[in-house]
Amino acid sequence: MSGLFAGTINVRQDWPCNSIKSAADLASPFDTVYVHPGRYVEYDIVIDKPLHIIGIDRPVIDGDHKSEIITVKSDSVLIKGFRIRNVGFSFTKDWAGIKIDNKDHCTIEDNEILDSYFGIYLKKSDHSVIRNNYLKSKAENEVNSGNGIHLWYCENIRIENNRIHGHRDGIYFEFVEHSKIIGNLSEGNIRYGLHFMFSNHDDYIGNTFKNNGTGVAVMFSDHINMKKNHFVDNWGTTNYGLLFKEIYDGELSENIFENNTTAIFADGSNRIKIINNEFRGNGWAMNIFSSCMDNEIAYNNFISNTFDLTTNGKRNNNNFHDNFWDQYTGYDLDKDGVGDVPYRPVRLFSYLIGRIPESIILLRSFFIDMINIAEKVAPVLTPQSLTDERPRMKLIVYDRNKGD
Amino acid sequence: MLKILKYSFFDLIRSRWSIIYFFFYFVTGMVLLYLSNDVSKAVASLMNVTFILTPLIGTIFGVMNFYNSREFIELLLAQPVPRKNIFLGMFLGISTSLSLSLFLGMGLPFLIFGTFGSDQIMSLVFLLISGIFLTFIFTALAFYIALVNENRLKGFGLAILIWLFMAFIYDGVFLLLLIFLQEYPIEKFAIAMSLFNPVDLSRILIMLKLDISALMGYTGAVFNKFFGNNSGMLISIAALIIWSAVPVFLILKKSAKKDF
Repeated sequence: MSGLFAGTINVRQDWPCNSIKSAADLASPFDTVYVHPGRYVEYDIVIDKPLHIIGIDRPVIDGDHKSEIITVKSDSVLIKGFRIRNVGFSFTKDWAGIKIDNKDHCTIEDNEILDSYFGIYLKKSDHSVIRNNYLKSKAENEVNSGNGIHLWYCENIRIENNRIHGHRDGIYFEFVEHSKIIGNLSEGNIRYGLHFMFSNHDDYIGNTFKNNGTGVAVMFSDHINMKKNHFVDNWGTTNYGLLFKEIYDGELSENIFENNTTAIFADGSNRIKIINNEFRGNGWAMNIFSSCMDNEIAYNNFISNTFDLTTNGKRNNNNFHDNFWDQYTGYDLDKDGVGDVPYRPVRLFSYLIGRIPESIILLRSFFIDMINIAEKVAPVLTPQSLTDERPRMKLIVYDRNKGD
Repeated sequence: MLKILKYSFFDLIRSRWSIIYFFFYFVTGMVLLYLSNDVSKAVASLMNVTFILTPLIGTIFGVMNFYNSREFIELLLAQPVPRKNIFLGMFLGISTSLSLSLFLGMGLPFLIFGTFGSDQIMSLVFLLISGIFLTFIFTALAFYIALVNENRLKGFGLAILIWLFMAFIYDGVFLLLLIFLQEYPIEKFAIAMSLFNPVDLSRILIMLKLDISALMGYTGAVFNKFFGNNSGMLISIAALIIWSAVPVFLILKKSAKKDF
C-alpha cells in the first residue's frame, strides 16, 4: 500500500492472519484492522502504531485470566466493538482490559469488558475519549479488585455514556485535569461510583450513581463542577450519595439525591456552591462537619428526608438561604413566598443520635417530637447560628432541561 | 357469641361517636393528602395522630362501654349463655366497630386521591394494620381494667394512666435509660424495651417503611439484622399479636371467676 492510502487488514480465525497480535505486527501505521467474529484467546497485545482496530459483530478477546489484554503504546489508536474478557489478576501490576500507556488522542468505543481486574486504564494520556462501553466485573472486596475506568495523570479526557458495574471504583481519577464525565451509569460498585483524588477543573454531568458503596467521592480536589447527576440508593453505614473531603471551589447544582443513607457528607470542604438540588427520601440529606466553611447552600428542595441536616459542632460557617424544607412549620404573613421565621434544620434528635446511636429506635416517637420542639424554641445543644433565614414556602421549581 | 358480637357491633356502629370518629380520620386524611400531595408525608403525619388517638379512643370506649352496659351484662349473665361468649362478644363488638371506623376513615381518602398505585402505599397498609392492632390491644386492656375495678372512677383513671404511660411516659423513660446505659452494649436491650410497648412496636413498623434509608446508617449488627431484613417486621407483628392475645386471655380468666 502506498503511504497515502490507509490499508486494511482482516483477522479471521480460519485465515492465515488469525490473531490480533499478528495483525498488529503486520499493519503499517494508520491501517485499519477488522476483526471478524470468533473467540480469540490472546493477551499482552501491544499496539505500538496508530491503528484503528474494529471488531465486527463483537468478537471476543479472552485473556484467560493470564495478563493484561491490550496495551496501547501509540497515539491515535481506536479500539471499537470488542468483547474483552478475563483479565489477569495481580497484586503487583495493574492489569487492565485496555490500557493506554503514555499516549494521547486515543478512542475506546463500544466495547464490552467483562470479568476484568481493571477495565480501561489511562496512564498519562491526554485528549482521549472513552465512550459507550459496558464494563462488568464481580468485585467482592476492595483488596483484590480493580477500578472500572481508571485515569492517572491525564488531561482533557472525555468519558461518555459508559455503563460500569461491579468494580471497586466505577470511575477513578487521580491527578486528572480538565476532563469531562458525561451521561454514565455507575452501579453496584463496592467502594465508590466515581472517585476523584487530587484532580482539578473536572466536570461530571448527567451521570447516575446507583447502589454503590458511596455514589461519588471527591477528595483533595478543587473546581469540580457537578451537575444534573442522579444519586440513588447508596445505602449503608459509611455510605453516602456524595462524599466531600478537603475540596474547594466546586459547584453542585441541579442534582437529585434519592434514598441514600446520607445524601451529602462534607468534611473540610470550602467555598462550594450547592444550588438547585433535590433531596428526597434520604436518611440524612446533609451531614456537614463544622470543619466546612463558606459553603453556600441555597435554592434546594428538601423533601421527605428523615433528617435534613446534621453537624458535629456548635459553630456554623456556612450560608444556608432560600431553601425549601418540607419540615418547616413557619408562616408567611406578608405572602412573599419566604417564611417569616427562620428555619433550624438541625434537630435535637439528630444530635442525640450522634451521641447515642441506639436511640434511633425512638425515631418518630411522640416524646422525641416534643423535645425537638422544645429545642427548636430555645436551642441549647444544636448550633444556634445554623438557620435558614429565608426558608421558601413552596417547592423551588427550576428547569432541569435547559442547556448547560 | 356471634349474636352478642353482632348486637354490640351494630349498637356501636350506629352511635354518634363511631360516626364522629370515622369523620375525624376521614377529614384529617383528606386534608393531609390534599395539602402534602405526597403519600409518605401524609402517612407520617397521620401516624402521629393515629398512635396517640387510637389507643386513647380504644381505652375510653372500652371502659365506658363496659360500665354503661353493666345492667345488660347482668341480664345476659342470667341467661343460659357461657360467660366466655358474653365478654368476648362484647369486646370484639367494640374493637371491630372502632377498627372499621379507623379503616374506612383512613382508607377512603387514599382511595379518593387514587394513591393506591404508588409504591409508598405499603406504609399506609402498615399504618392501618398497626392502628387496628392498637385498637384491639387498648380496648382489651380497658375492658380488663373495668372488669377488675368496680369503682368507675378508679377504673377510668387507671385506664387513662395506662394510655398516658404507653403513649408518652414510656418513651421518656426509654430515652433516659438509653442515656444512662450508653456505655454498655444496649442494642438488644433497646429492642427488648420496644417489645414491651405496643405503641412503640407500631411505630417501628411504620419506621421500617418510611425511614429505612436512615436506619441503614446505624452501625450495630443486632439493629442491622433487626431493621435490615424482614425479621424486624415479623418480630414486631408477632409481639403485637401476643400483646392482643394476653389481655383477652386475662379478660376470660377474670370473667370466669368474678362475682356479679
